[in-house]
Amino acid sequence: MEISRYLIKGGRVIDPETGIDGVADIVIEGGKFVSIGDQKSKTKNPKSKIIDASGKIVTPGLIDMHVHLREPGHEYKETIETGCLAAARGGFTTVCCMPNTNPVNDNQSVTNYILKKTRMAETVRVYPVGAISRGLRGESLADYGELKAAGVVAVSDDGNPVMNAQLMRRALEYAKGFELLTIAHCEDRNLTANGVMNEGVTATRLGLPGVPNAEETVMVARDIALCELTGAPLHIAHVSTKGSVRLILEAKARGLPLTAETAPHYFSLTEEAVIDYDTNAKVHPPLRTAEDRDAIRLALADGTIDVIASDHAPHTSIEKDLEFDQAANGMIGLETSLSLSLQLVEMGLSLNDLVAKMSINPARILNLTHIGLKPGNPADLTIIDVEKRFTVDANTFQSKSRNTPFNGWELKGKPVLTMVGGKIVFDDERQ
Amino acid sequence: MRFAKKDVLDMESLSVEEIQAILDTAETLKEISTRPIKKVPTLRGKTVIHFFYEPSTRTRTSFEIAAKRLSADTVSISASTSSIAKGETLVDTAKNLEAMNPDAIVVRHRAAGAPHMLARIVEASVINAGDGMHAHPTQALLDMMTVREKKGSLAGLTVAIIGDITHSRVARSNIVGFNKMGATVILAGPPTMIPMGIETLGAAVSYHVEEAIKDADVIIVLRIQKERQHAFIFPSEREYAQCYGLTKEKLAGAKDDVLIMHPGPINRGVEIAPEVAEGPYSVILEQVTNGVAIRMALLYILLGGPR
Repeated sequence: MEISRYLIKGGRVIDPETGIDGVADIVIEGGKFVSIGDQKSKTKNPKSKIIDASGKIVTPGLIDMHVHLREPGHEYKETIETGCLAAARGGFTTVCCMPNTNPVNDNQSVTNYILKKTRMAETVRVYPVGAISRGLRGESLADYGELKAAGVVAVSDDGNPVMNAQLMRRALEYAKGFELLTIAHCEDRNLTANGVMNEGVTATRLGLPGVPNAEETVMVARDIALCELTGAPLHIAHVSTKGSVRLILEAKARGLPLTAETAPHYFSLTEEAVIDYDTNAKVHPPLRTAEDRDAIRLALADGTIDVIASDHAPHTSIEKDLEFDQAANGMIGLETSLSLSLQLVEMGLSLNDLVAKMSINPARILNLTHIGLKPGNPADLTIIDVEKRFTVDANTFQSKSRNTPFNGWELKGKPVLTMVGGKIVFDDERQ
Repeated sequence: MRFAKKDVLDMESLSVEEIQAILDTAETLKEISTRPIKKVPTLRGKTVIHFFYEPSTRTRTSFEIAAKRLSADTVSISASTSSIAKGETLVDTAKNLEAMNPDAIVVRHRAAGAPHMLARIVEASVINAGDGMHAHPTQALLDMMTVREKKGSLAGLTVAIIGDITHSRVARSNIVGFNKMGATVILAGPPTMIPMGIETLGAAVSYHVEEAIKDADVIIVLRIQKERQHAFIFPSEREYAQCYGLTKEKLAGAKDDVLIMHPGPINRGVEIAPEVAEGPYSVILEQVTNGVAIRMALLYILLGGPR
């Protein structure tokens, strides 16, 4: 029989939504939070399963608002089932999956399929992101009304930029009618040209065609101008350059409805990871310079960047074991994202801010209901051991793919338990 | 000197001593090509695969001749006639070639880093015959050999490289190689052809050909590829010839004993005027002759002794 009552004892509870930061007990019943606080009386309830969280951090369930689950169409790289298992193991209770599947998620049938597979997986929550343009072709708008009704929480052509500025303007305007968030993949394809890594010293040395940081920055500038024109909420995906950070900072200061995210690889690595032509370090936007990496870290600390999302992008040896210029862009991230982000805490970011960027902020940006550890909310939570040291071993990943440049890294801090709606979907001790 | 490396992939990974040894060996072996019977038995029983993913006349012929003059058995594969045309990956092709136990694989590839990838997979020695925009070590070595023959030494010389530096593996390998041997390198071309951060490889940059060649002991002229016009890096061949082409007029400001080199194939009247290519300072064909000697030297060093 499934346990329906939990008492999570003695953990340091951090919830930026309710402002809690301190040792507290959490009572869960029927899949929902009953109480958060000092619970002496209820600890006696004999039917409760007790989870000892002492010495650990308990947070609202982490949310990764930018992942690629590859299903339908590329099930050999990842399925919704394996992607959800990877998310759970990474401490995430909710993920948003991008629409660049085959077929593209630009219609209710694909959205329904994703949601059905999610229910069958019975692991974490999956909120699909619909396409901005039909077929991601950048030529005409997808049917937002139908997508919204089917359950998408945002729209994006992620993987492709919307090169046509008029289409992007209309996309932002049209999205307002359905309260849909627009997520922008900022890249000027003409500037990217045939580039395969960041343009600069390393590309010049390796003889690889470069991608200038202006390919991102000019598009961020354009989309900020369109955000201002339309007044529609805009979320900038995978920010990687110092120039983009500067523009976002300025636009936010003017009060535009703008938010931004970055991925762990942009604050953990630089273009030098590409030396030796390591295709696992090939990603778009490309890994940039130390100056950009430092600007991203600073932007996370000062709040210019609101969200950390992994941009989990599974690929197999078929796409990666190739000449560098032929290899696919992207790296997996669900099972390393939290640990890499915890390194920022070592550098001075507060745990409270980190939890905000990996849980509360994405929830608010996506207009999700039931945010935070509050009585009555579905019991989504993550328990983190911030002291635990371990070596990243891609062979232990739940993801079907192994394309990570972090294999073999020694990291400190990892999720040890993930609970979704009162159900344990990952428990480190039972792995 | 014992040469410990399995492969020759780029100039970065060669030490000054190794470069010196290669040049010395090439000088010794050069004589073989002048004999009536141009063949020695040194590499009898060794197999060399020439694996060219990209078209090449000079380099490929040069390697073939070098291997044959040392009595190695050679096999030649080109992309259009091989399984690559059937969609086989480089990794799989490499594993299959390796299964036939070759002693060396000479590879030319469109993609930077492809020879490095191959070298990680196969036990045979890999010689990079040019990879993308990255490296062309045998060209740099034969250029250095040619200069050393004429000037006695490389240290203290000034080498000007003129043209499309961005897309040139020859430029990158020469910058690194000449620097290692104590020469000074200056680059010239339109700013659209100078890659970001090239100074860090050890080169000064000028946007004016006259300025770059003024004090040069050696001028290396690079080929201009017509198809690059599509990437907007130069307006026309005519404009390029006028502003950046090496003409007799521009050469008037150079040293009296300057050497003119070109890795070929040349575009007459574009990057180099015909009278300069064939003029008294030109050593372009001697480069080709030395190319055979350099490739013989590498095969000899990599395959000739115990490793």
